[in-house]
Amino acid sequence: MSPALVVFLVIGTIAVASSILVVAMRNPVHSALFLLLTFLCVAILFVMKGAEFVGAVQVLVYAGGIMVLFLFVVMLINVRHLPDERVLSNFWKGGLLVGLAVFLLFFTMVRPGVFHDPAASDQALRTTYTYRHRKVHQPDGAVVRKLIRRGKVVGNSEAVGMALYTDYLVPFEVASLFLLVAMIGAIVIGKRELSAIEEENIPAYMLERSETEHEVKEAMSA
Amino acid sequence: MLEAVPTTEAYLMLSGTLFAIGLVGVIIRRNMITVLMAVELMMNAVNINLVAFSHRFASLEGQIFTIFIITVAAGEAAVGLAIIIQLYRLKSTINVDEARELNG
Repeated sequence: MSPALVVFLVIGTIAVASSILVVAMRNPVHSALFLLLTFLCVAILFVMKGAEFVGAVQVLVYAGGIMVLFLFVVMLINVRHLPDERVLSNFWKGGLLVGLAVFLLFFTMVRPGVFHDPAASDQALRTTYTYRHRKVHQPDGAVVRKLIRRGKVVGNSEAVGMALYTDYLVPFEVASLFLLVAMIGAIVIGKRELSAIEEENIPAYMLERSETEHEVKEAMSA
Repeated sequence: MLEAVPTTEAYLMLSGTLFAIGLVGVIIRRNMITVLMAVELMMNAVNINLVAFSHRFASLEGQIFTIFIITVAAGEAAVGLAIIIQLYRLKSTINVDEARELNG
């Protein structure tokens, strides 16, 4: 067995085991920590397939951002003070059956040797392409301009960055708009409605009330 | 059989396993936070698929798609957790079976 295969088997086993624990743990904090372990294992698997940049993004966004968000919410919601409830829903047998069926479906579809792996080379994943026009002298004396593509082997991050900012610029901008909408949506949904007592204590309300009282007093005295 | 280098099929099997585990979690758990975590697990399984095929076909598109999926997952987690907090304020529970007002 090659070292790469050993690493894959170990990391894959850890990923599967910790993802089972994510689903099985009763305490959401434990689930979140096992989810973190799964994310880190998946990041290693990404790096093994020549996706270094995606692996780094996985660690930064998932392990850094989303996990903190989850843990914050778990802390905000005091799980210990929730009414005692069963972990599993009433139809957990059906759920397990569906999961087993999907697993078997994948397993029968993905037989070994289906995809005929070529000699592994991630050179294409580290290549950026530049296009430029070049004058070409034809044999009959005419000069035409031809578009020439030239590949240059750089790092994976640079290749992904070039692709994102050239070929995938519009999806990239749409993604930024999506994040803006998600942020506004999360703020609006998560905002707390003030109770009547709290609303009486905000400065704008107090100012408005004092102005109204003043006007009423003037009207009374007039 | 598995060959010397982890093949695309090995990655697909791992991804299918993670996806099935996440699906089971979404269906059988009652705690809404855990359900959201299981959804994140399923998205990660899909990302493994895309990266494996990106390597198999020597094309960057799979990795680009993975980055967009991670973006979507981040937005989804933010909005989903906001909904969970609001549900907790409203009903003092995050049990998915309790939130059934729309159940006709």
